[in-house]
Amino acid sequence: MIKVIFFAALREQLGCGGTEVSAKCASTVAEVKDALGEKDEDWKNYLANNSLLCAVNHEMVQSDFIVKSGDEVAFFPPVTGG
Amino acid sequence: MVNILNINTPINKLAEISIQTEDFDHGVEVDLLENDNVEDGAVVTFSGRVRNNNLGLKVKGLFLEHYPDMTEKLLAEIIETAKQRWNIGRVKVIHRIGQLAIGEQIVFVGVTSKHRQDAFAANEFIMDFLKVKAPFWKKELTELGETWLEAKTSDKEKAQAWSK
Repeated sequence: MIKVIFFAALREQLGCGGTEVSAKCASTVAEVKDALGEKDEDWKNYLANNSLLCAVNHEMVQSDFIVKSGDEVAFFPPVTGG
Repeated sequence: MVNILNINTPINKLAEISIQTEDFDHGVEVDLLENDNVEDGAVVTFSGRVRNNNLGLKVKGLFLEHYPDMTEKLLAEIIETAKQRWNIGRVKVIHRIGQLAIGEQIVFVGVTSKHRQDAFAANEFIMDFLKVKAPFWKKELTELGETWLEAKTSDKEKAQAWSK
């Protein structure tokens, strides 16, 4: 399984801090998003937001990044700390 | 060069970064940067606090969320880059998370160096990159309700300016 986590506004929009996606359903970050969008139309719309960023195992990545079972994939809005 | 700095720096890497809910004491942090550190003549500190206003609205407080572990990793990378670019001694970065009231401290960056230019530049560099790279998110409580803050283009441009 691929562990998927959400932060900040996205976490609240989805009403959920995280979930799992089968590695059989997704081989890239973009496909993880697609698999999550299949659950629910609202999820699909929120995840379609172009400003969302993605990290795999704590490294920032692009949507074509290859994911595998055991990876931690995080989706979140642009950061606003400091 | 980096190895020589590490030998002279008794504070280890982990102690350089603290993500915490509790407040910090600015004076104590300055003491930690200065204690047994007579080779550095410059100490530059920055602290960020919760303002009572933003974008024309009265702010009542902030909530800060972060991505545990990734935050520490990114801050360590930013500090390491600063150490390679400037001749600096000790570094401390503190960032608070959770619910914060008006006037409370949010962030602290402290840097020491032999001469002031290195500490000034490295401090600003660390703060600029913390703003655009470290996975923290602020939710603001205003008179109109709660809103997640949007990232600012000006912060992105400020960080990009270091690579010019």
